[in-house]
Amino acid sequence: MMRKVAFASVAASMFFATSAYAASTLETVKERDHILCGVTSGVPGFSVPDDKGEWKGLDVDLCRAVSAAVLGDNTKVKYIPLTAKERFTALASGEIDVLSRVTTWTLSRDSQLGINFAGVNYYDGQGFMVKKDLGLKSVKELDGATVCVQSGTTTELNMADYFRSHGLSHTPVVFDTNEQASASFDSGRCDAFTTDLSQAYGLRTRMKDPSSVVALPEVISKEPLGPVVRQGDDQWFNIVKWSLNAMLNAEELGVNSGNVDEMKSSTNPNIQRLLGGSAGLAKGLGISEDWGYQIVKQVGNYGEAFDRNVGKDSPLNIDRGINKLWNQGGLQYAPPIR
Amino acid sequence: MKYDSQPTLPAPASTIGAVGWMRKHLFNGPINTIATLVLGYFSIIFLWPVLDWSLLSADWIGTTRNDCTSDGACWVFIGQRLDQFLYGFYPEAETWRLDTAFFILAALIAWLIIPSTPRKGWVATFTLVIFPIIAFILLSGGYFGLETVETHKWGGLSLTLVLAVVGIVAALPFGVLLALGRQSDMPIVRSLSVVYIEIWRGVPLITVLFMASVMLPLFFPEGMTFDKLLRALIGITLFQSAYMAEVVRGGLQAIPKGQYEAADALGLGYWQKMIMIILPQALKLMIPGIVNTFIALFKDTSLVLIIGLFDLLAIMQASANDPNWIGFSTEGYVFVALVFWVFCFGMSRYSMHLEKRLHTGHSNRA
Repeated sequence: MMRKVAFASVAASMFFATSAYAASTLETVKERDHILCGVTSGVPGFSVPDDKGEWKGLDVDLCRAVSAAVLGDNTKVKYIPLTAKERFTALASGEIDVLSRVTTWTLSRDSQLGINFAGVNYYDGQGFMVKKDLGLKSVKELDGATVCVQSGTTTELNMADYFRSHGLSHTPVVFDTNEQASASFDSGRCDAFTTDLSQAYGLRTRMKDPSSVVALPEVISKEPLGPVVRQGDDQWFNIVKWSLNAMLNAEELGVNSGNVDEMKSSTNPNIQRLLGGSAGLAKGLGISEDWGYQIVKQVGNYGEAFDRNVGKDSPLNIDRGINKLWNQGGLQYAPPIR
Repeated sequence: MKYDSQPTLPAPASTIGAVGWMRKHLFNGPINTIATLVLGYFSIIFLWPVLDWSLLSADWIGTTRNDCTSDGACWVFIGQRLDQFLYGFYPEAETWRLDTAFFILAALIAWLIIPSTPRKGWVATFTLVIFPIIAFILLSGGYFGLETVETHKWGGLSLTLVLAVVGIVAALPFGVLLALGRQSDMPIVRSLSVVYIEIWRGVPLITVLFMASVMLPLFFPEGMTFDKLLRALIGITLFQSAYMAEVVRGGLQAIPKGQYEAADALGLGYWQKMIMIILPQALKLMIPGIVNTFIALFKDTSLVLIIGLFDLLAIMQASANDPNWIGFSTEGYVFVALVFWVFCFGMSRYSMHLEKRLHTGHSNRA
């Protein structure tokens, strides 16, 4: 019995991890020498383990960027898979430093949960998929169409609102899950299939001929997904916010992981400031001067991360759409680094 | 007198061998023959596509989804992900530690279940007291130069086994104590036991796990985090011990009153009576119930996927969400179902065997 007790206390001491909470998140992270990043338990393109068991995805790259900025090494991240229900508890209790888990930025979450959204790394929204050979160009041409949709979600309501407000008629065909809805659309049961676009593209890869299915340009709901931090630690909030902004600015300035070393000697002052050529800029963040360089060198700019994980270089092949940079017709706009 | 030999009768229909067996069991009369043919027809219609999908036109060799060219199952997916299904995110260089721990466990269990091996008492004590320490050190590391592997890297079949084995082993002693408590003459002990059992049996395991993962951290002082796996293990153990208590109580009540009275008459104290007379007999009667609970628990461990632990089922689902492998979840589910079935069937067969071996004529069955 004594041995059991001894074992239990050894086990308990191993499992308990008491972080010095009084210290700032930045100090804690530096002392710990890795970042604790809350991710999904598997959403294609955003955070999912690959064949080697390594986490890959757009949300994962955000954590890698924070790690590169703070610790100078994008691999010093521990990924904590969380379900949708426990994600905010995990953040509040200090189990994770950053929540990067396809979390939609809404007023109630931002104001009531003691959390801060540090930006938007993917503008998601509800869209429609149709067969290419129908030659449709817009949702407005879907008057009278049958649409496969998951039942009991806001997706169904959004669609009804949209069609009603545009004076169009439609017949929803509802299913329990998105998988069923997409499979039925694939087998020809419906003219169109609707859900959040990030999911729709994932489901498209399962269809018989993914290339014959296209998304219509309209996005009828707003689902801005972004990284989340605890309220009350503005320094850490800024670090996460500007890690994302650095990736966006890098793309805008044409700096990528391949040319970042040449770009370091660029005379463009914006690029110099991004890559750490302008002393004192990172002082307020409390991290090393070359943080921007480390992010771009080790993780790449936003466009690279997008293409690699969800865009044209990935099996999902999601259209950049509204996630294009602001000067290319999209919504991705980062404040300047200066 | 003229004897006419009767014509030789044909040999009687064979009742042995495959043909004989079929004749006796499948084509025994016109109605049975029709039933056999109809059912056989349907089973071929239904089974053939399954067989065709899973074996005949399946893809076995390759490394990516592009190697899956036929219409059948793509077992390449399972092959590529097998390490992850078995070990989760455990570092590849350290998986020998899992192998060693489970090999030792298998060897100990084999020692205990093979009737002819000596010193069972010592081995059982070792399994219950020393082995958990060895297994913990092996799995978690941190001692003897072993690299520490945090529990969030544990996953796959090894995590399923950890959850099931810990849940089973830890719940049994608690269950026995609770059952004895429920039968006790002491009112406080009895009512506490009853309250405990009824509360835990009255809530679904899924809510217990939710509480452990979502609510519990809110009660801790700020900044203190408590390993999620440990929270889940405690939740499962507390939940399971309530069920175990009821199984044990069933066994205790099946022991004739005379046994209790005989033990009292011999002047044995309460614990002597229980340990030497009652429990050995009762445990034997409880075997089917205990194994039943174990099997249920083994399958219930897959519920931890809702709290973000990657047991075998969850890691398969995560793998099927890899953009490179999207669309192969059917293969994954079939594989996981097979693994679960093999373990549960094994446990069930062993319990039948154990019942037979321990059958000493006391049971009420003829």
